[in-house]
Amino acid sequence: MDEQLKSELRRQGVVATSLQELYNWGRKSSLWPLNFGLACCAIEMIATTMARYDLARFGAEVFRPSPRQADLMIVAGTVTKKMAPQVVRLYNQMPEPKYVISMGACAISGGPFKQGYNVLKGIDRYIPVDVYIPGCPPRPEALIDAFMMLQRKIDAQELTGPNRPRHLNAEMASEFVIPEFGAHDLEPPSNPEVWSAPLVNIEIAGKNEPGNG
Amino acid sequence: MSVLTDTTADLLGSGAEDRSGGQLLEISMGPQHPSTHGVFRMDVTLDGEKVVKLKPVFGYLHRNHEKIAEKESYLGCMPYTDRLDYFCSITNNWAYALAVESLAGIKVPERAEYLRVITGELTRLQNHASLVGFLMQDMGASGTPLMYAFREREKILDLFEALTGARMMCNYMRFGGCRVDAPAGWMQQAQKVVDAFPRFLDEFERMLVSNEILMARTQGVGVVTTAQAVNAGFSGPMARASGVNYDLRKVDKYGIYERFAFRVPLGDHGDVYDRYMLRVLEMRESVEILKQAMRDIPAGPIMDPGTKIRGFRPKAGEAYGRIEAPKGELGFYLVSDGSGNPYRFRVRPPSLINLTLLEDMCIGQNVADIVIILGSVDIVLGEVDR
Repeated sequence: MDEQLKSELRRQGVVATSLQELYNWGRKSSLWPLNFGLACCAIEMIATTMARYDLARFGAEVFRPSPRQADLMIVAGTVTKKMAPQVVRLYNQMPEPKYVISMGACAISGGPFKQGYNVLKGIDRYIPVDVYIPGCPPRPEALIDAFMMLQRKIDAQELTGPNRPRHLNAEMASEFVIPEFGAHDLEPPSNPEVWSAPLVNIEIAGKNEPGNG
Repeated sequence: MSVLTDTTADLLGSGAEDRSGGQLLEISMGPQHPSTHGVFRMDVTLDGEKVVKLKPVFGYLHRNHEKIAEKESYLGCMPYTDRLDYFCSITNNWAYALAVESLAGIKVPERAEYLRVITGELTRLQNHASLVGFLMQDMGASGTPLMYAFREREKILDLFEALTGARMMCNYMRFGGCRVDAPAGWMQQAQKVVDAFPRFLDEFERMLVSNEILMARTQGVGVVTTAQAVNAGFSGPMARASGVNYDLRKVDKYGIYERFAFRVPLGDHGDVYDRYMLRVLEMRESVEILKQAMRDIPAGPIMDPGTKIRGFRPKAGEAYGRIEAPKGELGFYLVSDGSGNPYRFRVRPPSLINLTLLEDMCIGQNVADIVIILGSVDIVLGEVDR
Protein backbone atom coordinates (compact mmCIF):
# COMPACT_ATOMS: atom_id res chain seq x y z
CA MET A 1 0.00 0.00 0.00
CA ASP A 2 1.47 3.35 -0.93
CA GLU A 3 2.08 6.04 1.63
CA GLN A 4 -0.27 8.56 0.00
CA LEU A 5 -3.28 6.27 0.22
CA LYS A 6 -2.34 5.39 3.75
CA SER A 7 -2.25 9.01 4.91
CA GLU A 8 -5.50 9.68 3.00
CA LEU A 9 -7.16 6.83 4.87
CA ARG A 10 -5.74 8.09 8.18
CA ARG A 11 -7.41 11.44 7.57
CA GLN A 12 -10.69 9.57 7.20
CA GLY A 13 -10.10 7.80 10.50
CA VAL A 14 -9.06 4.48 9.04
CA VAL A 15 -5.71 3.11 10.09
CA ALA A 16 -4.21 0.63 7.71
CA THR A 17 -1.17 -1.31 8.78
CA SER A 18 0.55 -4.59 8.21
CA LEU A 19 0.94 -7.31 10.77
CA GLN A 20 4.69 -6.83 10.63
CA GLU A 21 4.46 -3.13 11.45
CA LEU A 22 2.03 -3.77 14.29
CA TYR A 23 4.18 -6.57 15.70
CA ASN A 24 7.37 -4.55 15.54
CA TRP A 25 5.63 -1.47 16.96
CA GLY A 26 4.52 -3.51 19.94
CA ARG A 27 7.96 -5.00 20.48
CA LYS A 28 9.90 -1.79 20.16
CA SER A 29 7.56 0.11 22.46
CA SER A 30 7.86 -2.22 25.41
CA LEU A 31 11.50 -3.15 25.72
CA TRP A 32 12.16 -4.40 29.21
CA PRO A 33 15.78 -3.92 30.23
CA LEU A 34 17.54 -6.11 32.75
CA ASN A 35 18.13 -4.40 36.08
CA PHE A 36 21.81 -4.92 35.94
CA GLY A 37 24.58 -2.44 36.62
CA LEU A 38 28.30 -3.06 36.76
CA ALA A 39 30.06 0.22 37.54
CA CYS A 40 29.94 3.97 36.99
CA CYS A 41 27.75 3.78 33.88
CA ALA A 42 25.02 2.13 35.93
CA ILE A 43 24.53 5.38 37.82
CA GLU A 44 23.92 7.22 34.56
CA MET A 45 21.59 4.39 33.55
CA ILE A 46 19.61 4.97 36.78
CA ALA A 47 19.65 8.71 36.12
CA THR A 48 18.15 7.98 32.69
CA THR A 49 15.18 6.21 34.25
CA MET A 50 14.55 9.04 36.72
CA ALA A 51 12.16 11.94 36.30
CA ARG A 52 14.44 14.27 34.34
CA TYR A 53 15.34 12.01 31.43
CA ASP A 54 12.34 9.70 31.87
CA LEU A 55 13.06 6.58 29.90
CA ALA A 56 9.40 5.66 30.41
CA ARG A 57 8.60 7.83 27.38
CA PHE A 58 10.17 5.06 25.27
CA GLY A 59 8.35 2.25 27.03
CA ALA A 60 11.50 0.95 28.66
CA GLU A 61 11.14 1.92 32.30
CA VAL A 62 10.25 -1.57 33.52
CA PHE A 63 13.66 -2.72 34.72
CA ARG A 64 13.35 -6.40 35.51
CA PRO A 65 15.54 -7.95 38.19
CA SER A 66 15.26 -11.38 36.57
CA PRO A 67 16.87 -12.13 33.21
CA ARG A 68 13.95 -14.43 32.38
CA GLN A 69 11.65 -11.44 32.04
CA ALA A 70 14.02 -9.10 30.22
CA ASP A 71 14.47 -8.33 26.52
CA LEU A 72 17.41 -6.01 26.71
CA MET A 73 20.71 -6.19 28.51
CA ILE A 74 22.50 -2.90 29.08
CA VAL A 75 26.11 -3.78 29.86
CA ALA A 76 26.77 -0.68 31.94
CA GLY A 77 30.31 -0.61 33.20
CA THR A 78 33.62 -2.39 33.34
CA VAL A 79 33.41 -6.13 32.81
CA THR A 80 36.19 -7.78 34.77
CA LYS A 81 37.46 -11.27 34.12
CA LYS A 82 35.75 -12.40 37.30
CA MET A 83 32.42 -10.90 36.27
CA ALA A 84 32.46 -11.86 32.57
CA PRO A 85 31.17 -15.44 33.11
CA GLN A 86 28.26 -14.06 35.14
CA VAL A 87 27.40 -11.56 32.40
CA VAL A 88 27.42 -14.30 29.76
CA ARG A 89 25.35 -16.51 32.03
CA LEU A 90 22.75 -13.77 32.44
CA TYR A 91 22.70 -13.28 28.68
CA ASN A 92 22.13 -16.98 28.13
CA GLN A 93 19.28 -16.95 30.64
CA MET A 94 17.40 -14.25 28.75
CA PRO A 95 14.76 -15.53 26.34
CA GLU A 96 14.83 -14.68 22.63
CA PRO A 97 14.37 -12.09 21.17
CA LYS A 98 17.11 -10.35 23.10
CA TYR A 99 19.24 -7.30 22.50
CA VAL A 100 22.41 -5.92 24.04
CA ILE A 101 23.50 -2.32 24.46
CA SER A 102 27.16 -1.92 25.27
CA MET A 103 27.24 1.22 27.37
CA GLY A 104 30.44 3.15 27.88
CA ALA A 105 34.07 2.79 26.95
CA CYS A 106 34.75 -0.10 29.36
CA ALA A 107 32.03 -2.35 27.99
CA ILE A 108 33.09 -1.57 24.43
CA SER A 109 36.83 -2.08 24.73
CA GLY A 110 38.01 -1.95 28.33
CA GLY A 111 38.16 1.82 28.23
CA PRO A 112 40.62 3.52 30.55
CA PHE A 113 41.26 0.20 32.28
CA LYS A 114 42.20 -1.61 29.09
CA GLN A 115 45.79 -2.01 30.24
CA GLY A 116 44.63 -3.68 33.46
CA TYR A 117 45.29 -7.37 33.98
CA ASN A 118 41.78 -8.11 35.20
CA VAL A 119 39.64 -6.23 32.70
CA LEU A 120 37.86 -7.78 29.73
CA LYS A 121 38.67 -5.87 26.55
CA GLY A 122 35.10 -5.53 25.38
CA ILE A 123 32.01 -7.62 26.11
CA ASP A 124 31.58 -8.30 22.37
CA ARG A 125 34.26 -10.96 22.65
CA TYR A 126 31.60 -13.14 24.27
CA ILE A 127 28.13 -11.88 23.37
CA PRO A 128 26.81 -10.11 20.25
CA VAL A 129 26.16 -6.41 20.79
CA ASP A 130 23.48 -4.43 18.94
CA VAL A 131 24.27 -0.85 19.89
CA TYR A 132 27.49 0.66 21.21
CA ILE A 133 27.46 4.02 23.00
CA PRO A 134 30.86 5.54 23.69
CA GLY A 135 31.52 7.82 26.63
CA CYS A 136 32.97 7.58 30.09
CA PRO A 137 30.23 7.50 31.23
CA PRO A 138 27.85 8.31 28.34
CA ARG A 139 25.33 11.00 29.12
CA PRO A 140 21.71 9.92 29.68
CA GLU A 141 20.87 11.49 26.32
CA ALA A 142 23.34 9.10 24.72
CA LEU A 143 21.60 6.13 26.32
CA ILE A 144 18.26 7.43 25.04
CA ASP A 145 19.83 7.72 21.60
CA ALA A 146 20.95 4.11 21.87
CA PHE A 147 17.38 3.13 22.75
CA MET A 148 16.02 4.93 19.72
CA MET A 149 18.64 3.31 17.53
CA LEU A 150 17.62 -0.09 18.85
CA GLN A 151 13.97 0.74 18.24
CA ARG A 152 14.74 1.56 14.62
CA LYS A 153 16.60 -1.71 14.35
CA ILE A 154 13.62 -3.65 15.71
CA ASP A 155 11.28 -1.73 13.42
CA ALA A 156 13.25 -2.88 10.37
CA GLN A 157 13.09 -6.57 11.22
CA GLU A 158 11.04 -8.80 8.90
CA LEU A 159 8.44 -11.26 10.08
CA THR A 160 8.86 -13.68 7.18
CA GLY A 161 11.41 -14.50 4.55
CA PRO A 162 14.99 -15.67 4.77
CA ASN A 163 16.16 -12.56 6.63
CA ARG A 164 13.79 -12.96 9.56
CA PRO A 165 15.47 -12.66 12.95
CA ARG A 166 16.70 -15.51 15.07
CA HIS A 167 13.72 -15.79 17.38
CA LEU A 168 11.51 -16.55 14.38
CA ASN A 169 14.03 -18.81 12.69
CA ALA A 170 15.38 -21.52 14.93
CA GLU A 171 17.77 -22.79 12.29
CA MET A 172 19.56 -19.51 11.89
CA ALA A 173 23.01 -19.67 13.38
CA SER A 174 24.11 -17.17 15.97
CA GLU A 175 26.55 -14.47 14.92
CA PHE A 176 29.23 -16.46 16.68
CA VAL A 177 29.33 -19.20 19.28
CA ILE A 178 28.19 -17.83 22.62
CA PRO A 179 29.92 -19.67 25.45
CA GLU A 180 28.06 -21.46 28.24
CA PHE A 181 28.61 -21.00 31.96
CA GLY A 182 30.71 -24.02 32.88
CA ALA A 183 31.89 -25.49 36.16
CA HIS A 184 35.07 -23.43 36.35
CA ASP A 185 34.98 -20.98 33.47
CA LEU A 186 33.09 -20.24 30.32
CA GLU A 187 32.93 -23.12 27.82
CA PRO A 188 34.73 -22.44 25.50
CA PRO A 189 36.84 -19.95 27.47
CA SER A 190 37.81 -17.99 24.37
CA ASN A 191 36.74 -17.76 20.76
CA PRO A 192 39.55 -17.26 18.23
CA GLU A 193 36.95 -16.44 15.54
CA VAL A 194 36.11 -13.24 17.38
CA TRP A 195 39.54 -12.29 18.61
CA SER A 196 42.94 -13.83 19.04
CA ALA A 197 46.13 -12.29 20.26
CA PRO A 198 47.98 -10.75 17.30
CA LEU A 199 51.29 -12.31 16.37
CA VAL A 200 53.89 -9.64 16.90
CA ASN A 201 57.14 -9.95 15.05
CA ILE A 202 59.47 -8.98 17.84
CA GLU A 203 62.39 -7.95 15.64
CA ILE A 204 60.29 -5.53 13.59
CA ALA A 205 58.39 -4.28 16.65
CA GLY A 206 61.65 -3.49 18.42
CA LYS A 207 62.95 -1.46 15.50
CA ASN A 208 59.86 0.75 15.40
CA GLU A 209 60.09 1.76 19.01
CA PRO A 210 61.54 5.19 19.73
CA GLY A 211 65.05 5.10 21.07
CA ASN A 212 65.98 1.80 19.45
CA GLY A 213 67.16 3.47 16.26
CA MET B 1 25.80 -37.24 57.48
CA SER B 2 25.60 -34.64 54.76
CA VAL B 3 27.80 -31.61 54.49
CA LEU B 4 24.81 -29.42 55.14
CA THR B 5 24.09 -31.00 58.52
CA ASP B 6 27.74 -30.68 59.47
CA THR B 7 27.55 -26.94 59.02
CA THR B 8 24.34 -26.90 61.04
CA ALA B 9 26.02 -28.66 63.93
CA ASP B 10 29.07 -26.39 63.72
CA LEU B 11 27.02 -23.26 63.73
CA LEU B 12 24.46 -24.30 66.31
CA GLY B 13 27.28 -25.36 68.59
CA SER B 14 28.47 -21.79 68.80
CA GLY B 15 25.67 -20.49 70.96
CA ALA B 16 22.85 -20.44 68.44
CA GLU B 17 19.44 -21.70 69.43
CA ASP B 18 19.29 -25.48 69.27
CA ARG B 19 16.91 -26.65 66.58
CA SER B 20 17.86 -30.25 66.07
CA GLY B 21 16.76 -31.59 62.74
CA GLY B 22 16.57 -28.14 61.26
CA GLN B 23 18.48 -27.55 58.08
CA LEU B 24 20.32 -24.48 56.99
CA LEU B 25 19.84 -22.90 53.61
CA GLU B 26 22.81 -21.43 51.82
CA ILE B 27 22.02 -18.78 49.26
CA SER B 28 24.21 -16.59 47.15
CA MET B 29 23.06 -12.98 46.99
CA GLY B 30 24.72 -11.39 44.02
CA PRO B 31 26.76 -10.59 42.04
CA GLN B 32 23.65 -9.82 40.01
CA HIS B 33 21.08 -8.74 42.56
CA PRO B 34 18.92 -5.63 42.28
CA SER B 35 19.91 -4.36 45.71
CA THR B 36 23.60 -5.09 46.13
CA HIS B 37 24.69 -1.61 44.98
CA GLY B 38 26.93 -3.03 42.31
CA VAL B 39 28.57 -6.34 41.69
CA PHE B 40 28.98 -7.57 45.23
CA ARG B 41 28.22 -11.09 46.41
CA MET B 42 27.21 -12.35 49.82
CA ASP B 43 27.10 -16.05 50.56
CA VAL B 44 24.41 -16.11 53.21
CA THR B 45 23.51 -19.07 55.43
CA LEU B 46 19.95 -18.90 56.66
CA ASP B 47 18.09 -20.64 59.44
CA GLY B 48 14.56 -19.97 58.27
CA GLU B 49 14.50 -16.21 57.88
CA LYS B 50 17.42 -15.57 60.22
CA VAL B 51 20.97 -15.05 59.05
CA VAL B 52 23.47 -17.32 60.83
CA LYS B 53 26.48 -16.73 58.63
CA LEU B 54 27.45 -14.30 55.93
CA LYS B 55 30.51 -14.35 53.75
CA PRO B 56 31.18 -11.36 51.52
CA VAL B 57 32.85 -12.09 48.17
CA PHE B 58 34.76 -9.20 46.64
CA GLY B 59 36.62 -8.61 43.43
CA TYR B 60 33.96 -8.49 40.73
CA LEU B 61 34.94 -4.92 39.93
CA HIS B 62 38.69 -5.12 40.55
CA ARG B 63 39.95 -2.66 37.95
CA ASN B 64 43.66 -2.58 38.85
CA HIS B 65 43.66 1.08 39.90
CA GLU B 66 46.79 0.73 42.00
CA LYS B 67 48.77 -1.16 39.39
CA ILE B 68 47.74 1.10 36.50
CA ALA B 69 48.72 4.16 38.55
CA GLU B 70 52.30 2.91 38.79
CA LYS B 71 52.56 3.23 35.00
CA GLU B 72 50.88 6.63 34.79
CA SER B 73 52.31 10.08 35.39
CA TYR B 74 51.16 11.91 38.53
CA LEU B 75 48.81 13.98 36.42
CA GLY B 76 47.59 10.91 34.54
CA CYS B 77 46.46 9.30 37.81
CA MET B 78 43.99 12.10 38.47
CA PRO B 79 41.22 10.90 36.09
CA TYR B 80 41.55 7.39 37.50
CA THR B 81 40.73 8.67 40.98
CA ASP B 82 37.40 9.93 39.57
CA ARG B 83 36.40 6.37 38.93
CA LEU B 84 37.13 5.01 42.40
CA ASP B 85 34.03 6.24 44.14
CA TYR B 86 32.08 7.31 41.11
CA PHE B 87 29.48 9.22 43.10
CA CYS B 88 32.03 11.61 44.58
CA SER B 89 34.70 12.18 41.96
CA ILE B 90 35.66 15.61 43.30
CA THR B 91 36.47 14.47 46.82
CA ASN B 92 38.59 11.66 45.35
CA ASN B 93 40.52 14.26 43.34
CA TRP B 94 40.95 16.27 46.50
CA ALA B 95 42.41 13.44 48.55
CA TYR B 96 44.86 12.55 45.78
CA ALA B 97 45.81 16.20 45.26
CA LEU B 98 46.44 16.53 49.00
CA ALA B 99 48.73 13.50 48.96
CA VAL B 100 50.78 14.84 46.05
CA GLU B 101 50.88 18.31 47.59
CA SER B 102 52.27 16.99 50.85
CA LEU B 103 54.74 14.85 48.89
CA ALA B 104 56.11 17.85 47.00
CA GLY B 105 55.35 20.60 49.51
CA ILE B 106 53.00 22.62 47.30
CA LYS B 107 50.93 25.50 48.65
CA VAL B 108 47.40 26.03 47.35
CA PRO B 109 46.06 29.55 46.68
CA GLU B 110 43.24 30.87 48.80
CA ARG B 111 40.55 30.93 46.11
CA ALA B 112 41.34 27.36 45.08
CA GLU B 113 40.90 26.22 48.68
CA TYR B 114 37.46 27.81 48.75
CA LEU B 115 36.53 26.27 45.41
CA ARG B 116 37.63 22.90 46.77
CA VAL B 117 35.44 23.28 49.83
CA ILE B 118 32.45 24.39 47.75
CA THR B 119 32.69 21.56 45.22
CA GLY B 120 33.56 19.04 47.94
CA GLU B 121 30.53 19.90 50.04
CA LEU B 122 28.28 19.90 46.96
CA THR B 123 29.61 16.39 46.34
CA ARG B 124 28.68 15.42 49.88
CA LEU B 125 25.18 16.77 49.36
CA GLN B 126 24.57 14.77 46.21
CA ASN B 127 26.15 11.62 47.62
CA HIS B 128 24.06 11.67 50.79
CA ALA B 129 20.90 12.59 48.88
CA SER B 130 21.36 9.64 46.54
CA LEU B 131 22.20 7.36 49.46
CA VAL B 132 18.99 8.06 51.38
CA GLY B 133 17.08 7.67 48.11
CA PHE B 134 18.64 4.28 47.46
CA LEU B 135 18.06 3.22 51.07
CA MET B 136 14.36 3.96 50.71
CA GLN B 137 14.36 2.04 47.43
CA ASP B 138 15.94 -0.95 49.21
CA MET B 139 13.25 -0.72 51.87
CA GLY B 140 10.56 -1.10 49.25
CA ALA B 141 9.56 2.54 48.73
CA SER B 142 9.93 1.90 45.04
CA GLY B 143 10.71 4.89 42.91
CA THR B 144 9.39 8.03 44.53
CA PRO B 145 12.04 8.89 47.20
CA LEU B 146 14.81 7.98 44.76
CA MET B 147 13.26 10.24 42.12
CA TYR B 148 13.14 13.10 44.60
CA ALA B 149 16.77 12.48 45.51
CA PHE B 150 17.89 12.33 41.90
CA ARG B 151 15.98 15.52 41.14
CA GLU B 152 18.26 17.28 43.63
CA ARG B 153 21.30 15.40 42.40
CA GLU B 154 20.70 16.56 38.85
CA LYS B 155 20.76 20.19 39.97
CA ILE B 156 24.17 19.69 41.54
CA LEU B 157 25.43 17.72 38.54
CA ASP B 158 24.42 20.66 36.34
CA LEU B 159 26.65 22.86 38.46
CA PHE B 160 29.51 20.40 38.09
CA GLU B 161 29.00 20.29 34.36
CA ALA B 162 29.05 24.06 34.05
CA LEU B 163 32.22 24.19 36.12
CA THR B 164 34.24 21.18 34.95
CA GLY B 165 32.59 20.02 31.74
CA ALA B 166 31.53 16.62 33.05
CA ARG B 167 28.57 15.42 35.05
CA MET B 168 30.21 12.59 36.93
CA MET B 169 33.90 12.30 36.10
CA CYS B 170 34.89 15.86 36.91
CA ASN B 171 38.71 15.55 37.02
CA TYR B 172 38.62 18.98 38.61
CA MET B 173 41.58 19.33 40.95
CA ARG B 174 45.23 19.67 40.19
CA PHE B 175 48.12 19.62 42.63
CA GLY B 176 48.52 23.26 43.49
CA GLY B 177 44.93 24.30 42.91
CA CYS B 178 41.97 23.66 40.64
CA ARG B 179 41.80 23.20 36.89
CA VAL B 180 39.39 26.00 35.98
CA ASP B 181 37.82 28.96 37.74
CA ALA B 182 34.07 29.25 38.15
CA PRO B 183 32.51 30.82 35.02
CA ALA B 184 30.44 33.99 35.22
CA GLY B 185 27.17 33.45 37.02
CA TRP B 186 28.18 30.05 38.38
CA MET B 187 28.40 31.22 41.97
CA GLN B 188 24.92 32.78 41.81
CA GLN B 189 23.48 29.58 40.36
CA ALA B 190 25.21 27.53 43.05
CA GLN B 191 23.84 29.89 45.68
CA LYS B 192 20.32 29.26 44.37
CA VAL B 193 20.76 25.50 44.51
CA VAL B 194 22.19 25.64 48.03
CA ASP B 195 19.46 27.98 49.27
CA ALA B 196 16.76 25.70 47.87
CA PHE B 197 18.33 22.52 49.27
CA PRO B 198 16.87 22.75 52.81
CA ARG B 199 13.40 22.68 51.24
CA PHE B 200 14.18 19.25 49.85
CA LEU B 201 15.45 18.14 53.26
CA ASP B 202 12.33 19.46 54.98
CA GLU B 203 10.13 17.66 52.49
CA PHE B 204 12.14 14.47 52.87
CA GLU B 205 12.01 14.63 56.65
CA ARG B 206 8.32 15.40 56.75
CA MET B 207 7.58 12.35 54.64
CA LEU B 208 10.02 9.86 56.04
CA VAL B 209 11.76 10.62 59.33
CA SER B 210 8.83 9.75 61.57
CA ASN B 211 7.35 7.29 59.10
CA GLU B 212 6.16 4.27 61.04
CA ILE B 213 7.19 1.69 58.47
CA LEU B 214 10.64 3.21 58.15
CA MET B 215 11.12 3.18 61.91
CA ALA B 216 9.93 -0.41 62.22
CA ARG B 217 12.29 -1.53 59.48
CA THR B 218 15.39 0.37 60.59
CA GLN B 219 15.43 0.89 64.36
CA GLY B 220 17.50 -1.68 66.20
CA VAL B 221 18.64 -3.27 62.93
CA GLY B 222 22.32 -3.75 62.11
CA VAL B 223 23.63 -2.34 65.38
CA VAL B 224 27.34 -1.48 65.65
CA THR B 225 28.53 -0.51 69.12
CA THR B 226 31.05 2.28 69.68
CA ALA B 227 33.78 -0.22 70.63
CA GLN B 228 33.13 -2.32 67.54
CA ALA B 229 33.25 0.73 65.28
CA VAL B 230 36.58 1.85 66.74
CA ASN B 231 38.11 -1.61 66.58
CA ALA B 232 37.07 -2.11 62.98
CA GLY B 233 38.58 1.23 61.95
CA PHE B 234 35.28 2.73 60.86
CA SER B 235 35.28 6.30 59.67
CA GLY B 236 32.85 8.81 58.31
CA PRO B 237 29.09 8.60 58.87
CA MET B 238 29.36 4.92 59.86
CA ALA B 239 31.61 5.73 62.83
CA ARG B 240 29.69 8.83 63.84
CA ALA B 241 26.36 6.98 63.80
CA SER B 242 27.87 4.66 66.43
CA GLY B 243 28.83 7.65 68.56
CA VAL B 244 32.50 8.01 67.61
CA ASN B 245 33.24 11.72 67.45
CA TYR B 246 35.67 11.58 64.56
CA ASP B 247 35.44 13.92 61.64
CA LEU B 248 38.63 14.68 59.73
CA ARG B 249 37.35 18.13 58.91
CA LYS B 250 37.62 18.83 62.65
CA VAL B 251 40.56 16.52 63.46
CA ASP B 252 42.96 17.35 60.61
CA LYS B 253 41.50 20.73 59.66
CA TYR B 254 42.88 20.15 56.17
CA GLY B 255 42.54 22.99 53.72
CA ILE B 256 40.65 25.83 55.33
CA TYR B 257 38.06 23.90 57.32
CA GLU B 258 38.98 25.58 60.63
CA ARG B 259 37.41 28.78 59.27
CA PHE B 260 33.89 27.39 59.09
CA ALA B 261 31.44 26.94 61.92
CA PHE B 262 29.65 23.62 61.65
CA ARG B 263 28.57 20.84 63.96
CA VAL B 264 29.31 17.13 63.77
CA PRO B 265 26.16 15.10 64.29
CA LEU B 266 26.55 11.89 66.32
CA GLY B 267 24.32 8.86 66.66
CA ASP B 268 23.34 7.05 69.85
CA HIS B 269 22.36 3.57 68.80
CA GLY B 270 24.48 2.78 65.77
CA ASP B 271 21.55 1.18 63.94
CA VAL B 272 20.37 1.72 60.38
CA TYR B 273 18.01 4.50 61.44
CA ASP B 274 20.84 6.45 63.09
CA ARG B 275 23.01 6.06 60.03
CA TYR B 276 20.19 7.32 57.84
CA MET B 277 19.33 10.26 60.11
CA LEU B 278 22.99 11.18 60.43
CA ARG B 279 23.24 11.66 56.69
CA VAL B 280 20.18 13.91 56.68
CA LEU B 281 21.70 16.01 59.49
CA GLU B 282 25.10 16.11 57.77
CA MET B 283 23.46 17.50 54.65
CA ARG B 284 22.14 20.40 56.74
CA GLU B 285 25.62 21.08 58.10
CA SER B 286 27.07 20.93 54.59
CA VAL B 287 24.56 23.55 53.51
CA GLU B 288 25.82 25.77 56.35
CA ILE B 289 29.46 25.30 55.28
CA LEU B 290 28.53 26.07 51.69
CA LYS B 291 26.78 29.31 52.66
CA GLN B 292 29.82 30.48 54.63
CA ALA B 293 32.26 29.50 51.89
CA MET B 294 30.27 31.25 49.18
CA ARG B 295 30.04 34.38 51.29
CA ASP B 296 33.79 34.53 52.02
CA ILE B 297 35.35 33.37 48.76
CA PRO B 298 38.05 35.84 47.69
CA ALA B 299 39.21 36.72 44.19
CA GLY B 300 42.64 35.63 43.07
CA PRO B 301 44.55 32.92 41.27
CA ILE B 302 43.36 29.31 41.35
CA MET B 303 46.70 27.63 40.62
CA ASP B 304 50.02 27.79 42.39
CA PRO B 305 52.21 29.43 39.71
CA GLY B 306 55.33 27.54 40.79
CA THR B 307 53.93 24.04 40.26
CA LYS B 308 54.83 22.26 37.09
CA ILE B 309 51.85 20.01 36.31
CA ARG B 310 53.17 18.29 33.20
CA GLY B 311 56.41 16.42 33.64
CA PHE B 312 55.92 16.65 37.40
CA ARG B 313 58.70 14.84 39.27
CA PRO B 314 58.60 15.05 43.05
CA LYS B 315 61.64 14.22 45.16
CA ALA B 316 61.95 10.67 46.48
CA GLY B 317 59.85 10.16 49.59
CA GLU B 318 56.44 9.12 50.74
CA ALA B 319 53.26 10.91 51.74
CA TYR B 320 49.75 10.18 52.95
CA GLY B 321 46.90 12.53 52.15
CA ARG B 322 43.50 12.00 53.69
CA ILE B 323 40.21 13.83 53.68
CA GLU B 324 36.73 13.35 55.06
CA ALA B 325 35.06 12.00 51.94
CA PRO B 326 31.28 11.57 52.05
CA LYS B 327 31.79 7.88 52.84
CA GLY B 328 34.56 8.24 55.41
CA GLU B 329 38.30 8.66 55.56
CA LEU B 330 39.64 8.48 52.03
CA GLY B 331 43.41 8.32 51.94
CA PHE B 332 46.06 8.07 49.27
CA TYR B 333 49.48 6.77 50.20
CA LEU B 334 52.12 7.62 47.63
CA VAL B 335 55.72 6.50 47.43
CA SER B 336 57.94 8.41 45.06
CA ASP B 337 61.32 7.30 43.78
CA GLY B 338 61.96 10.60 42.06
CA SER B 339 60.61 9.51 38.70
CA GLY B 340 57.60 10.83 36.82
CA ASN B 341 55.19 8.19 38.07
CA PRO B 342 54.36 6.96 41.58
CA TYR B 343 56.40 3.99 42.77
CA ARG B 344 53.47 2.88 44.90
CA PHE B 345 49.94 4.20 44.81
CA ARG B 346 47.80 2.89 47.60
CA VAL B 347 44.18 3.81 48.24
CA ARG B 348 42.60 3.60 51.67
CA PRO B 349 38.98 3.18 50.66
CA PRO B 350 36.38 4.05 53.31
CA SER B 351 33.73 1.78 51.78
CA LEU B 352 35.81 -1.38 52.09
CA ILE B 353 36.78 -0.76 55.70
CA ASN B 354 33.25 0.20 56.68
CA LEU B 355 32.14 -3.08 55.16
CA THR B 356 34.33 -5.28 57.37
CA LEU B 357 31.68 -5.66 60.07
CA LEU B 358 28.95 -6.65 57.62
CA GLU B 359 28.68 -10.17 59.04
CA ASP B 360 28.45 -8.94 62.64
CA MET B 361 25.75 -6.47 61.63
CA CYS B 362 23.71 -9.07 59.77
CA ILE B 363 23.85 -12.12 62.06
CA GLY B 364 20.53 -12.68 63.78
CA GLN B 365 18.68 -10.35 61.42
CA ASN B 366 16.11 -11.32 58.83
CA VAL B 367 17.24 -11.89 55.28
CA ALA B 368 15.33 -8.82 54.12
CA ASP B 369 17.35 -6.70 56.55
CA ILE B 370 20.65 -7.60 54.87
CA VAL B 371 19.63 -5.39 51.99
CA ILE B 372 19.03 -2.29 54.10
CA ILE B 373 22.09 -2.91 56.29
CA LEU B 374 24.24 -3.07 53.17
CA GLY B 375 22.46 0.01 51.85
CA SER B 376 23.14 1.95 55.04
CA VAL B 377 26.89 1.21 54.88
CA ASP B 378 26.99 3.24 51.65
CA ILE B 379 29.40 1.23 49.56
CA VAL B 380 30.54 1.89 46.05
CA LEU B 381 32.12 -1.13 44.45
CA GLY B 382 34.55 0.88 42.37
CA GLU B 383 36.20 1.83 45.62
CA VAL B 384 35.77 -1.47 47.48
CA ASP B 385 37.41 -3.60 44.79
CA ARG B 386 39.52 -0.86 43.19
